[in-house]
Amino acid sequence: MKIYHSFAEVRSDLEGGATTCTDLINDYIQEINSKKELNVFLEVFETSAMEQAKRVDEKIKTKTGGRLAGMVIALKDNLCYKGHTVSASSKILEGFESLYSATVVDRLVAEDAIIIGRCNCDEFAMGSSNENSAFGNVLNPLDTKRVPGGSSGGSAAAVAGNMCIAALGTDTGGSIRQPASFCGVVGYKPSYGRVSRYGAIAYASSFDQIGPITKTVEDAALIMEVISGKDEYDSTASSRPVPPFTKELGNTPAKLRIAYIKDCLENEGLNPEIKTRINEVIGKLKAAGHTVEPVDFPYLDYLVPTYYVLTTAEASSNLARFDGINFGFRSENATDLESTYKKSRSEGFGEEVKRRIMLGTFVLSSGYYDAYYSKGQKVRRLLKNKTTEILENYDFILLPTTPGTAFEFGQKSADPIAMYLEDIFTVQANITGLPAISLPMGKHSNGLPFGVQVIGKNFADSDVFAFSDYLMRTC
Amino acid sequence: MKIDNVTVDKIAHLARLEFENEAKEQIKKDMNNMLGFIEKLNELDTTDVEPLIYMSDEVNVLREDDVKHDISQDDALKNAPKHDSDYFKVPKVIEKA
Repeated sequence: MKIYHSFAEVRSDLEGGATTCTDLINDYIQEINSKKELNVFLEVFETSAMEQAKRVDEKIKTKTGGRLAGMVIALKDNLCYKGHTVSASSKILEGFESLYSATVVDRLVAEDAIIIGRCNCDEFAMGSSNENSAFGNVLNPLDTKRVPGGSSGGSAAAVAGNMCIAALGTDTGGSIRQPASFCGVVGYKPSYGRVSRYGAIAYASSFDQIGPITKTVEDAALIMEVISGKDEYDSTASSRPVPPFTKELGNTPAKLRIAYIKDCLENEGLNPEIKTRINEVIGKLKAAGHTVEPVDFPYLDYLVPTYYVLTTAEASSNLARFDGINFGFRSENATDLESTYKKSRSEGFGEEVKRRIMLGTFVLSSGYYDAYYSKGQKVRRLLKNKTTEILENYDFILLPTTPGTAFEFGQKSADPIAMYLEDIFTVQANITGLPAISLPMGKHSNGLPFGVQVIGKNFADSDVFAFSDYLMRTC
Repeated sequence: MKIDNVTVDKIAHLARLEFENEAKEQIKKDMNNMLGFIEKLNELDTTDVEPLIYMSDEVNVLREDDVKHDISQDDALKNAPKHDSDYFKVPKVIEKA
């Protein structure tokens, strides 16, 4: 099939009559089937995708198509789509079919995007390598010995592997940006509250955001224009108006002030080639007349521990609903009500999910709440204040997305904490609620891509897109 | 803080999970490792720091108390592993005297 590098290319072919939505869907399905060994899609929604494609083809003919007419999008398997199976890549949701669609899905479909299927991910979005799925590993399409990253590993692999033009993921601690970095695509984590979380299977509600994974900054901005905004089904979704994110793209920004965190670049875990590339970007920005300065952030080592105290606590609460009664899997070995809960949950959840539920239950339990959970919330404020302070003096923070490139299967799965430290550069944006993007600007001598990350001011999503576009063009 | 078998049992019960034999040893070890990791937060002085609880800056998000988006009984039961035409089914809770 023809490989598309942006939605603009697809749109031009659709409008010029070079292809149709039905042809596109057929081609993508063929592509997905020819790459089955990558284990990217848990299900292709062939029937509904074809129906949508036919409907959108008619609209394109009469020039009444929506803003995303013909954009073929894959969903992470933790986003609800009415009448379709969703599993969070967990055995515990066996046989579950959504009764309603996530707000983001409704908004995409209303603008004539076509939903092609659901992508494998780490179980309940807990992981950084996609090795925690109940349905097996996703292989990185660029090197099948390596992980695609996680938890939105399938979504990133689907875009990188030309199985769709865009995908949605969720990002709780880096789950969009880290796999985007490992697969060489763009991954965007919106400001907390910019996008409604209604219909996303919750992991840690004060961290989770849904966002796009695409090949270009423009496509990410366009999807964000459609999915952002107030939602009566999610009271944390912001009522601030949604600016036209794509409008500022292509402009050369006025002189900017950009910070980079010294300790991030000096971090001993950071691959030297990634450090070199970041320094190169810094050099180019300076040469273009922007101010780029090192800043102190003395809390780097506290980010991931804070993330784990708070997200495991929220997860233990969010995942309490999976009890073997109302939906999903029920153990055959249960004899009474209590054992129905215990056996269904113990057999239905995977190891990593149980580990996080246990830690989360512990930090919330009587006698330990103040020492761990409350302490975590206090440190979260310190981290947020310090990060906000940096962004009072600077427009953006520039940093790596990941310490290295995609690693091999099994390399980090034996030690949960080594895996957790994969998120060292990405969790800051979730802890603080700030918008952040991973841009595919790095190519390692080992042949693998890596991302450059930008964190913006709260609700300055528009500025992040404009700067990202500028970085991709000039650095 | 050190997690022992009694604590594992207590937390597992609260979380409605079961761990036996090797799995119990493993979760005990993992929880101790993770606790050691998060105890790093104790190095920071948080005297007079208010916990950060809400990330949203929306204030008093109110709506009319209208019934909408309701789910039919059939739909509500559809995904249940065991149900009849009206109810979710669970194992018997009340024993005969």
